[in-house]
Amino acid sequence: MSQSNTPPQSTSVAATPSGPVARVAALASDHPTLALTGILAILVLVTGFIEPNYLSVSGARNTLLQAAPLGILAGAQTILMLTGGIDLSVTMIATGSAYVAANQSSEGAAIAILLGVLVGLVVGSANGVGVAVFRVNPLIMTLAMSGILLGLFTAWAQTILQGSTQMGPFLKLIGGGSFLGNRIPYSVVVWALIAGGLIWLLRRTGWGRLLYAIGDNEVAVRLAGVRVWQVRITAYIVAGVLGSISGILLGGRTGAVDLQLANAFLLPSVAAAVIGGTSIFGGVGGYTGTILGALILSVLNSMLTFLNVGQAIQQVVYGTIVLALAWGYAGLTRRA
Amino acid sequence: MSESQPLLATFRVAKSYGPVVALREVDFAVRRGEVHALLGANGAGKSTLVKILAGVHTADTGAVHVDGRAAQLHDPVDAMAAGIATVFQDPALIPDLSVIQNLQLSEIKESAFTNWLNWFDLQDLDLDILVRDLPLEILRVVDLARALARDPQVLLLDEITAALTADQAERVFALLTDWRKQGRAAVLITHRLAEVRRICDRATILRDGRNVALFEPNTAATVANGSLTGTMQDVDEHELVEAMLGTRVSELEEGDEPDPATHHESGSRSSSQETAFAVQGLNSGDVVREISFELRRGEILGLVALEGQGQERLFSLLSGDRQPSDGDILVDGSQRRWRAPYDAVGDGVVLIPGDRLLTLLPNLSVRQNLVVPLFSRIRQWLRIPADERQRVMNAIDRLSIDTRAASQVRRLSGGNQQKVAIGRWLVAGFRTLLCFDPTRGIDVQTKLEIYTLLRELAASGAAILLYTSELAEIPLVCDRVLIMHDGRIVDEQNAAHATEASLLTAAHGLEVPA
Repeated sequence: MSQSNTPPQSTSVAATPSGPVARVAALASDHPTLALTGILAILVLVTGFIEPNYLSVSGARNTLLQAAPLGILAGAQTILMLTGGIDLSVTMIATGSAYVAANQSSEGAAIAILLGVLVGLVVGSANGVGVAVFRVNPLIMTLAMSGILLGLFTAWAQTILQGSTQMGPFLKLIGGGSFLGNRIPYSVVVWALIAGGLIWLLRRTGWGRLLYAIGDNEVAVRLAGVRVWQVRITAYIVAGVLGSISGILLGGRTGAVDLQLANAFLLPSVAAAVIGGTSIFGGVGGYTGTILGALILSVLNSMLTFLNVGQAIQQVVYGTIVLALAWGYAGLTRRA
Repeated sequence: MSESQPLLATFRVAKSYGPVVALREVDFAVRRGEVHALLGANGAGKSTLVKILAGVHTADTGAVHVDGRAAQLHDPVDAMAAGIATVFQDPALIPDLSVIQNLQLSEIKESAFTNWLNWFDLQDLDLDILVRDLPLEILRVVDLARALARDPQVLLLDEITAALTADQAERVFALLTDWRKQGRAAVLITHRLAEVRRICDRATILRDGRNVALFEPNTAATVANGSLTGTMQDVDEHELVEAMLGTRVSELEEGDEPDPATHHESGSRSSSQETAFAVQGLNSGDVVREISFELRRGEILGLVALEGQGQERLFSLLSGDRQPSDGDILVDGSQRRWRAPYDAVGDGVVLIPGDRLLTLLPNLSVRQNLVVPLFSRIRQWLRIPADERQRVMNAIDRLSIDTRAASQVRRLSGGNQQKVAIGRWLVAGFRTLLCFDPTRGIDVQTKLEIYTLLRELAASGAAILLYTSELAEIPLVCDRVLIMHDGRIVDEQNAAHATEASLLTAAHGLEVPA
């Protein structure tokens, strides 16, 4: 095995399995990816049972269309959670980027995307400097940043930027369109490229190694001669850019942008990473799990929709999942 | 109740932390009306004994008696209830609370506390000030006043005078004299032998977790007439040092002395004349004072000091973790201004810290631990060196790290963890190595491996500064040795001729007899 950054799950917990439940738990903790895939398959089948039409190309396409922006946002959270951080402003970054991109759509798609991504670049840098240089707690820093962004964009929308809130045709195509006979969404291709990039970064680069290391023991990394603040700032910048890309895709999918665009994705973005096995305390996890986490949440979302469960109940479900998993992982680490 | 009944006594008290035996068997007794010194070299077990008496730790076996009755000291509250108050080396105060809030936490009468503050001439102290904003010398007095306000029968003082100004130290001595007259007792843990002679009545010496000697000159007379000074003044300080040292024949010396492979031949020990690393007039507050030395390529320079003489601070200055208030650091003859370990590592000066918590990534693999320094520069971030795996394997081989539990470093033994801490610099490379007590709490086999490795590294041109609390290591490993006392370098000895006696004597700030 040449992969060095696969999540080091605690294997010792599974030392003495007894009974079928314990054996399944042992298998799950030894092969988390396998377990997550199993859960995903079960959820898909259950959803198909509830709504037989779901088990079709269009059903899969809709799920993936939902999962792509969520998976990219969750990628931002994964990177930051590995360092022991988090970004609560990532959905506001997404919304803001989509807003700017929509507004600048008349300038052509390239300019629109560039300016949209610029939002993530700037806000991510600010978050990074706040956390890494001024030592502001990441929760506080990004929560405050989220408030500032909401205020700024609200004021902006009412005054200067009274232009279009419609995404340009190219962005609509990227965000919501599909190819190969309406089978494969473009946004999933974007997601796949980003996923490949993230997995490469986390497993095959020094930067990825440092993210894990900082999350496990920042002092040790500092004494090893690393400027920890540089790593943290770049991590927040990457997260910001991912937020922007996700927002532009999301805006393209809905067509019109408002300031509530990505709001509902905040909790799921954290939940997807946590489901995928990335620890909120840092040092443990990876993007493969997060991808599965994002898919699981998207299927769950479809299922709850078919069951006519409202948005409010869905948030309750996401919140419960995060709490249950955080509690479960905390239990694992305590026992280990 | 008889006068001879000890006020506080331990009987065959033993304590281990995992595989590390801190106390083997200690009989220790404190009488009413005495100031009792508790002495011993680093690691002799003084702190552990104090913690047991203070109820912070519970002894594995043995008994503690207070006033002739067996006492169960399961937590600090028990100890306080038994009339034992302790002032630890690090003030036990919460930094983010004010002085008065700290006091309220412990249900102490404010009037008693302020009376004691007055006694120490601190009546002007603002009690609403946050503890974090107070200097250490004030904090120690506040901590002492708090302990005194409990009106204890026995006072345990761990290095109380270390951070105090001279006049406050005088007040403490006057207090102890009063204490003696009132028929209470105090235990003084200190490295300052002059203090012991001046104010103590008896002295118990600990060595390797046992009480090995008791000095009690004319005690009866002192207790009877309530003399103002202790009776230790006639004791020779060198006698105390010898008692602390004993005739310790460690496994290490036995196993190693006849072996020429690990014991250096004088030929291979000669270092080059090229100075790799030097400091001139280094200062850091009152902790590190006017330190100058040169470290040559191929040389292992030892550093010896008792606990708390500024060696930790010195290492953090030398590794770029802190900036000196004054003085220069020179690498290959050119002056360096470091703002972070990043800069020092860039100059090839690397640190292996004493505390492994500062150097390990406990939940990550051996490999992930070893490779961190390979990526300290931004230009190294977006790739992984083609020979990363090979370098890791080489380091694991060279250190013979046991990789059976390699997926999480915290599952490794202490010795293997220390090897990982060293290994990351083997992977990354260095020119000057700063080693802080690398063999503390490690088995003999691993110790020997580490010595051998250090000698090999020096032979291949590295410059090594080695602080160690194990004096027996000095002649085995080092070329020269510096002795640090009270923030200064007080002596330099030829390591081959240094004995534990000569080192310990110098480390107490005493003249080494020729």
